[in-house]
Amino acid sequence: MAEDGLFGKTVNCDEAVHQLYHYLDGELTEERRHQIDEHLNFCGPCGGAAEFETELRLVIANRCKDHVPESLIRRIAEAIDEESRQHDGEH
Amino acid sequence: MADQAHFTEVAMEHMPGLYSAALRMTRNAADAEDLVQETYLKAYRSYKSFAEGTNLRAWLYRILTNTYINSYRAAKRRPQVTDVEDVEDLYLYKRMSGSGGTEQGRSAEDEALDRFTDEDVKSALEELPEAFRMAVLLADVQGFSYKEISEITDVPIGTVMSRIHRGRRALQKALHDVATARGLVGSTSGGSTD
Repeated sequence: MAEDGLFGKTVNCDEAVHQLYHYLDGELTEERRHQIDEHLNFCGPCGGAAEFETELRLVIANRCKDHVPESLIRRIAEAIDEESRQHDGEH
Repeated sequence: MADQAHFTEVAMEHMPGLYSAALRMTRNAADAEDLVQETYLKAYRSYKSFAEGTNLRAWLYRILTNTYINSYRAAKRRPQVTDVEDVEDLYLYKRMSGSGGTEQGRSAEDEALDRFTDEDVKSALEELPEAFRMAVLLADVQGFSYKEISEITDVPIGTVMSRIHRGRRALQKALHDVATARGLVGSTSGGSTD
C-alpha cells in the first residue's frame, strides 16, 4: 500500500506506526498528518493501535492524580505571606 | 513585568499538577511537599521578572524541575544517564489485543486498560530512569508540547522527543509486567518472564 492511492500519496503500516507518537502528539506537518489520518481511517489494525495508544495515554494521565494535602496548601500560603511581609518591612 | 501581589491568584491553581509531578520525581511525599513549597517561594521571589502573558505554567514547571535537579535528586552522586532498554513499537497493544475482542464498541484491549489501578500506573512510571520519567511525565501527564518540555528541562528538542518515545515504550513494558503479574493479561503471546 505504499503507492499513490485514490487520495494522493499514501503511507504504509510501518510508516504509520513509526510516526504514531508524532501524530498523536500533534507534532507533524499538516500534510503529513493528513497522510497518516488517511492510513488510520482505512487500515483496521493501525486504526485500532492508534485508538489503543490514545486510550492508554488517557489512562496514564487519569491514574497519576494525587490529592494535595490541605496542610501543604496552608503552609505555602503562609510562607508567601511571610515573604511578602518581610519584603514590605524593607521599605 | 508581573506584579507580585497577583502571584497567588494565578499560581496556586497549578498546585495539584506540580504536587503530582513532584511526587513522581522524588517518589516520596515529604520531599514532594518540600519541593513544591520551595518551588512556590522561588517563583514568588522571581515573579517580578516573569513576563506576564507568557506561559506561567511552563515557567512554574521549569522552576520545579531545576529545584528538583539541584536539591532533591538522589542521583546527584551518580550523574550518569541510565538508559532504558529498547522496546518495540506498540508493545502493550500487541500483547493485550486479540484476547477475545469484540467487533463493536470498545475493544477488549481498551477495556483491559481500565483494570490498571492508580498504583499500577504510578509505580510503573516511577520505575523509569529519571530522564525518561521526566519526559513522559511532562508530556503525557502534564500535557506539555515537545518545545515546552525542551524549555522546561533545558534539553534539546530532539533529545526530548527521543526520551518521550523511548520512555513511553519502556513504560508499556513495565505496565505489561504488572498486568502479567496480576493476571490481567495472559502471558501467551511471547512475553516470557524470568
